[in-house]
Amino acid sequence: MFKTLTSATPQTEVAFEFDGQKFRAQVGMSIAAALILNGIQSLRNTPISGSSRGPYCMMGSCYDCLVSVDGLTVQGCQTPVTEGLVVSRVGSCYAMQTNGAEETYDIL
Amino acid sequence: MISSDFDIVVIGAGPAGTSAALEAKSHGASVCLLDEQMSAGGQIYRNVENVTPALASVLGSDYLSGCSLVDGLKRSAVDHRSGVVVWSIEHDGTVIFSRENRARQIRGKHIIISTGAVERAVPLPGWTLPGVITAGAAQIMLKSDGMVAEDAVLVGSGPLLYLVATQLLAAGSPPKALIETQTPKNYLAALPHLFSALRNWEQLIKGVGFLAELKRAKVLRFTGATDIEIQGNDVAEAVTFHASGRAHQIATDKVLLHQGVVPNTQISRVLNLEHRYDRDQRCFCPVIDEFGQTSDPRFSIAGDGAVIGGAKVAGLSGKIAAINAVYRIGRIDKTARDQAARPLFRKRRKERAIRRFLDVLYAPPAFLFNPADNTIVCRCEEVRAGEIRQWAALGVSTPNQMKVHSRCGMGPCQSRNCGLIVTELLVKETCSTQEAVGAFRIRAPLKPIALSEMARLMETIYEVRQQ
Repeated sequence: MFKTLTSATPQTEVAFEFDGQKFRAQVGMSIAAALILNGIQSLRNTPISGSSRGPYCMMGSCYDCLVSVDGLTVQGCQTPVTEGLVVSRVGSCYAMQTNGAEETYDIL
Repeated sequence: MISSDFDIVVIGAGPAGTSAALEAKSHGASVCLLDEQMSAGGQIYRNVENVTPALASVLGSDYLSGCSLVDGLKRSAVDHRSGVVVWSIEHDGTVIFSRENRARQIRGKHIIISTGAVERAVPLPGWTLPGVITAGAAQIMLKSDGMVAEDAVLVGSGPLLYLVATQLLAAGSPPKALIETQTPKNYLAALPHLFSALRNWEQLIKGVGFLAELKRAKVLRFTGATDIEIQGNDVAEAVTFHASGRAHQIATDKVLLHQGVVPNTQISRVLNLEHRYDRDQRCFCPVIDEFGQTSDPRFSIAGDGAVIGGAKVAGLSGKIAAINAVYRIGRIDKTARDQAARPLFRKRRKERAIRRFLDVLYAPPAFLFNPADNTIVCRCEEVRAGEIRQWAALGVSTPNQMKVHSRCGMGPCQSRNCGLIVTELLVKETCSTQEAVGAFRIRAPLKPIALSEMARLMETIYEVRQQ
């Protein structure tokens, strides 16, 4: 787990949503860091085997922390978390194959 | 004029890029500094302008020394554009980038590339499990998010491993263990380079200090570790390894990997600049002269993006590259350039004196370049070492051929992670050399962008042409 060095104040706290669940983080944090702080390690499933992935490099290089914001796939570590932000898991080809669901997917 | 033209365009606002931009500006050049992050400093001085007192005490004085650099940039007339992603760069000096889903292009008479380093890939069994991050990532979370990894297990080797471990210690969260891969052989091989390293005794003392701190805090350390695996079903749960003739298992949900850093060569590769293979640092480096000039006279590279040397060397190299750039565009003459660069060369030689010692002492272990068949090498496309070996046996001899057949290196990271490992695997499988095998070909866009960004860029260019 991770802890924060300074505890949040009402001024520095933001509320956001991931996959329909509500979480809190501190202003200035990236989406990836905010989710890790809340104990969410797995952010997506890979399109090939469906295995779990989470943030790895935190510097925009590895593309393992992809999440969906406003229908766009973004790098969770490069995108700041803001008050009321709605984040969801990116669609997976693997999920499409296994569920047979007809949806549109935004894959990088 | 299609868009804004500048004398000098600098890409990356770490110590090299920021120093280069300020130096070029001081010679009266028009300078544009493009950076992916929201504030200047690079990874090393990341978020330094917003540092809290609590964080300052954890990160130490080396980190805080970045404050003056970032302050200097703020006070300067450098056109600093933060939060931009550079995704294309052309031989005529055109640089295309996006900010908030809108693309723009600028042109520079001279371009200084200072995109720094990336962490070397550490393809161990289980390295793709959530909860496994790089040591650098843990440090980024500390600097940018004020977050501290608890009960972390650090795996690998190199000075950053100790720096991160002592920072966790200072933050009141001692790591559970350090599992290090260097062996007594490394110490012996590094010994002849110790004398030269003594010229930079300040850094050596710092390193010894880190180790003493870890010892005082009774942090568990293993060296010469082999057979390292990260265990877990959906997330990391434990690290298993062999050390001192015994099998060990340490439970943790936070594994911090590190095997040194390597130059980020995406831009030098997309420009097809000349590269060489560095046998000490086990990576490809762009070929540069003492000023940072590449094989294309319009482009220079400063800092860890050219050769790994650390923040101080990067700052000096940035200044040197800028002095050469203003000479190139005719702002100063050759004598003025050489005179200005001479004291910087001297300082840089001193700072570099420790490098060979560190490179040999913390050289990545041979097993890193020869992962087991079922270990994932390409994270994006989930290509395992065994599949790469099979294609090599069928006659695939270069990374590009490998990409066509296996999709290895074809994912969104564009081989930033797997590139060097694929080269090394092919060298071994085809009994070749790194130079002969080469590296993946890199193409624009350097980072994935939306088609709409590209489309709107054409509109922007068209509008400007109409005016």
